[in-house]
Amino acid sequence: MYTQALNARDTTAPVAGPEEAARAARFQARIDAEERIEPNDWMPEAYRRTLTRQISQHAHSEIVGMLPEGNWITRAPTLKRKAALLAKVQDEAGHGLYLYSAAETLGTSREELFDQLLAGRAKYSSIFNYPTLTWADIGAIGWLVDGAAIMNQIPLCRCSYGPYARAMIRVCKEESFHQRQGYEIMLTLCRGTPEQKAMAQDALNRWWWPCLMMFGPPDAESQHSDQSAKWKIKRFSNDELRQKFVDATVPQGQYLGLTFPDPDLAYDEAAGHWRYGAIDWEEFKQVLAGNGPCNRQRMKQRRDAHAAGAWVREAAMAHAAKRARRAAAKADALQQAA
Amino acid sequence: MAEPKIPLWEVFIRSRNGLAHKHVGSLHAADAAMALQAARDVYTRRGEGLSLWVVPSAAIVASDPADKEVMFEPTASKIYRHPTFYEVPDEVGHM
Repeated sequence: MYTQALNARDTTAPVAGPEEAARAARFQARIDAEERIEPNDWMPEAYRRTLTRQISQHAHSEIVGMLPEGNWITRAPTLKRKAALLAKVQDEAGHGLYLYSAAETLGTSREELFDQLLAGRAKYSSIFNYPTLTWADIGAIGWLVDGAAIMNQIPLCRCSYGPYARAMIRVCKEESFHQRQGYEIMLTLCRGTPEQKAMAQDALNRWWWPCLMMFGPPDAESQHSDQSAKWKIKRFSNDELRQKFVDATVPQGQYLGLTFPDPDLAYDEAAGHWRYGAIDWEEFKQVLAGNGPCNRQRMKQRRDAHAAGAWVREAAMAHAAKRARRAAAKADALQQAA
Repeated sequence: MAEPKIPLWEVFIRSRNGLAHKHVGSLHAADAAMALQAARDVYTRRGEGLSLWVVPSAAIVASDPADKEVMFEPTASKIYRHPTFYEVPDEVGHM
């Protein structure tokens, strides 16, 4: 669903010999020429590390992102909504797997990436640490969270790293369904009873600000963006993407007849942009530091699921080994008989 | 926790009759049957294909990007391999 620009600057300086510098220059020339970098190509170690971290955080976000929505599968109001939500959650699992595969091409195994998440060494998007209290939250997540994710992910389809770009193309195609199903839920609630509309408004009130935080810290405080932009991993800054999202979303909310929880929200005629109020970055920092409403619950659910699945992984591997042994024994017997 | 690593497979899909199988990505599975099942779930949720191949990633032999020039550069100078190298008078018509 989403990757967040959380990475601290990479401080491990490469040992820069003249040969290394020449390679790095050739690498940058390929990037500047809009060539795609493929797994076996030479790349600077920092590029590899940055991408491994970004793609795996993105994958973790997809996987953890199933939890808040999974919460409502059994209580979806109709069979149609339930089928759609199941399909959406299944998509998120698929997105996580495409992304783990892309990350693995950089040389870190999926098992290691899982361990990093489960041990709390890897981050995932801050947005999934908020609770889904009512059915309207499922609408708000599809409309706003997936809407924000699309803003962020469309430029990633042109990322310089081939496997990541290709994974993002698949993800973006599927994500469009997610946003539309969410908006339709909101629309249905807004055209329903006053209680239903109030539920939709309450969901917007709770999700709006956390969604704006999804784009990461303001450009002035974001340290790592320069290098990512130079490597064509990131094509727009956090603030640029946030502004695009606000501009696209405000008219959609007005059509629903809802009010955004921001008294400072106003249209700037001259610039052609919606101007929004101050974001509470302290809240963002707290959620990232593990102190959001659901951080501990999400991590516990992931760890429990991983531990509960251990016997399945073991059994599958044992079964495969047994079949391979039997096939080998059969081949031996045939050879001796011949 | 040292769980044994689950093997990696590359997935290829034939999207329509008459087209070749095309690489779409990879996945982990303990054996071929599970790899096919997982490929169906992960890569064909929206009618993407009519046929699936899964191939153990370790079975693929790839050319080295460092050999790119040695491998592929010589063809660039062999323009006589292309039909446009040969002149055919207009009067002869399309050939």
